[in-house]
Amino acid sequence: MSAKKNHVRLAAVVMAGSLALTACSAGSGGGSADGTASKTGVTLALTGEPVNLDFTTTAGAAIPQALMSNVYEGLVEIDQDGEIQPLLAESWELSNGNKTYTFKLREGATFSNGEAFTADDVKFSIERVKSDAWISSLKKKMDVVDSVKVNSDTEVAITLKKPSNAWLFDMGTLVGAIFDPSGVDDLANKAIGTGPYAIDAWNRGQSIEFATRDDYWGEKPAIQTATLRYFADAVATTNALQSGDVDVVYNMQSPELLSSFESDPKYQVLDGTSNGEIILSMNNKKAPFDDKRVRQAVMYAIDRQAVIDTAWNGYGTKVGGPVPTTDPYYEDLNDVYPYDPAKAKSLLKDAGAENLNITFTVPTRPYATAVSEIVVSQLAEVGINAKIESSEFPAVWLDEVFTKHDYQMSVVLAVESRDVLSMFNNPDYYLGYDNSKIKDLAASADAADEAGYVEGMKKVVRTIVDDAAADTLFIFPNIVVADANVTGIPANSVTEALDLTNLGWK
Amino acid sequence: MGIRLLINLVRFVVTYVIATVAVFLFMRAIPGDPAQIALGVNATPELLAKTRAEFGTDRPLLVQYFDWALGLPFGDFGTSYITRQDISPLIIDRVQVSLILVILAMIVALAIAIPFGTYAAVKHRNPSGIVVSGISQIGVAIPNFLAGILLVVVFAVGLGWLPANGWTPPGEDFADFASRVILPVLALASVQGAILTRYVRSAVMEVMSEDYLRTARSKGLGKLESLIKHGLRNASIPVLTVTSVQLAALIIGAVVIERVFVIPGLGSMLLDAVGNRDLLTVQSVVMVLVAITLIINLMVDVLYTVLDPRIRKGA
Repeated sequence: MSAKKNHVRLAAVVMAGSLALTACSAGSGGGSADGTASKTGVTLALTGEPVNLDFTTTAGAAIPQALMSNVYEGLVEIDQDGEIQPLLAESWELSNGNKTYTFKLREGATFSNGEAFTADDVKFSIERVKSDAWISSLKKKMDVVDSVKVNSDTEVAITLKKPSNAWLFDMGTLVGAIFDPSGVDDLANKAIGTGPYAIDAWNRGQSIEFATRDDYWGEKPAIQTATLRYFADAVATTNALQSGDVDVVYNMQSPELLSSFESDPKYQVLDGTSNGEIILSMNNKKAPFDDKRVRQAVMYAIDRQAVIDTAWNGYGTKVGGPVPTTDPYYEDLNDVYPYDPAKAKSLLKDAGAENLNITFTVPTRPYATAVSEIVVSQLAEVGINAKIESSEFPAVWLDEVFTKHDYQMSVVLAVESRDVLSMFNNPDYYLGYDNSKIKDLAASADAADEAGYVEGMKKVVRTIVDDAAADTLFIFPNIVVADANVTGIPANSVTEALDLTNLGWK
Repeated sequence: MGIRLLINLVRFVVTYVIATVAVFLFMRAIPGDPAQIALGVNATPELLAKTRAEFGTDRPLLVQYFDWALGLPFGDFGTSYITRQDISPLIIDRVQVSLILVILAMIVALAIAIPFGTYAAVKHRNPSGIVVSGISQIGVAIPNFLAGILLVVVFAVGLGWLPANGWTPPGEDFADFASRVILPVLALASVQGAILTRYVRSAVMEVMSEDYLRTARSKGLGKLESLIKHGLRNASIPVLTVTSVQLAALIIGAVVIERVFVIPGLGSMLLDAVGNRDLLTVQSVVMVLVAITLIINLMVDVLYTVLDPRIRKGA
């Protein structure tokens, strides 16, 4: 190769480079700030992209958040107040000692592949949850179903093994999603449901684009497209909002960034509630927290309002028990363990646990890091020296804390809806709570009528709180920051779904 | 030259094979079970066992290793547990993005470094040369993610001239691509440019003290003229070495910059896969990065012999 040729080649590369740069400066004006000017679509920013589209085999909130209500629908849905509302079922009746639900189904609904929705799809979907095809841990919510009988195309009768209040609610969550038998071949990459949207494009690492279905059975959304864009952290989401790339930042994870938006009329800030509880867990089976008095001391030692104010800028709801405000059996239990460091000290003294040294395993999540520091300083005031040990979430935390129960204290956001029983009514769970006092109470509550259910569950929750099984620091807020002209944003996150159906522009 | 190339190829293959073993073992040594992550909280032991069998992570390590490694030469990286997709096409999508970023950044960095480095060398006793050299010193000290964040704060959030983040493929909408690529390229190039400026400066200064340049100048050539005619080619060898090393560093730097600017390149793919313990994807992405680095080294070695006949003849 001669030196001359080489020079020519080098010159070509430089030319191409400078051409590209000129093109850059020429194009820099367009496409940026007014990229969302066409008001037929809304772009929402989220953190945490789904790894695939199959929630029947893959855990994580991101998949149902994108797909439930939008692509997949159930017979019922849970509204913003936590109430059960009809969706693919127009109505239902209870019979057979509250064991048989007879659903009257909507006519004219179709799947996005063109197939009609009938009672056979209901039978198929429920039986599929119970089969080996579902390997999600949530599948046990369908264990109570005894049989599914197709009465006609528009009527289906589902018989339970015993009456269950929880089951109908669960039918409004992802286990109740209705699938088409011909649409389940490649659930990880293709989602086919009866919902108002179909997935138009999935740009991995970036965004999922939803297009409104012309053949949707119900009222069509006011917008043509909805886009979920995924970011690595909260700062990137608010940057994108400020530069006009997104219209809504949903479930914002960094409340300290809110101040610049709160005072700006161009934006709206919604302080919604979620079904996630920030749980300060204490290993009930291991010293020192196998002693109820030590757990109670922790409950008295922590000023939950101060935790909310310091760690999460005052956003979040102080509840005192592991139940979000939208659950029917919610009640304010803040008075059971008020902030009382003196009482905490005397309990520790009774337990012979003065100057206690413990390890506090903190998952690598923004909320956990924020919460851990104030918790440690408050524990120090009553003589508990907590040493923070950081644990990669989810990989290492699931392995050490959740599976091996190798921890003393930890903190985690429990996001599953109505999860009080899955957390506390199982002695093998990582919390290690001895459920002998609540087991029968919970079973009879589930089988009772609605009033009995609420009363029974309240008793269960009070028992758990009295035993100081874990400290619910606060209910995680669902903070939304959006362009002031966007309407129909679901401020509350009651189930895992992020319902895009009512979005629109002023 | 033939023997030299052959030795380099053998070195390439041996390094690559050692890297596969190292990456494979490392991913098995760190805590975290892919099946547990896929199933999340409340997973029962039965479901875990079933998922492990499906992923193939319950097989003996040797079987897992060869199953993966033997596919590599054919570009077959297997199927990701987590995304349920073939890994090869996903990597091809992502590697294009990262290469565009890295190559543009290197071009811009060299476009900064060569003129400024030469200037700082020629004027190394003048205040202006010292200023250039001082600025480059500051540039070296800034991590590129910080440069990225500063650029976003000023040009995207503050002035609103450019989008804060995101990516559009150049073939889809070139104007949008260009507006989105400027800030990440600048973030990478400013730091790289500063580093390279210092190397160019010292390489040129060393050449300037050589006898043949004094001879050229005594024949009546000007300082700059003699440098361009006789000096630059000699100065280019150490600069090329540093450029190749820095190119590898740039690929690593791009991992972080892709995160800051939400760019779907190899770096974001790698970080996501590590978080999900998507072992096969992590292993495969790392091996692609190793291959790129080794290929750069191989190409640089060929370029040496082109630039310097002494190396060609010496072998």
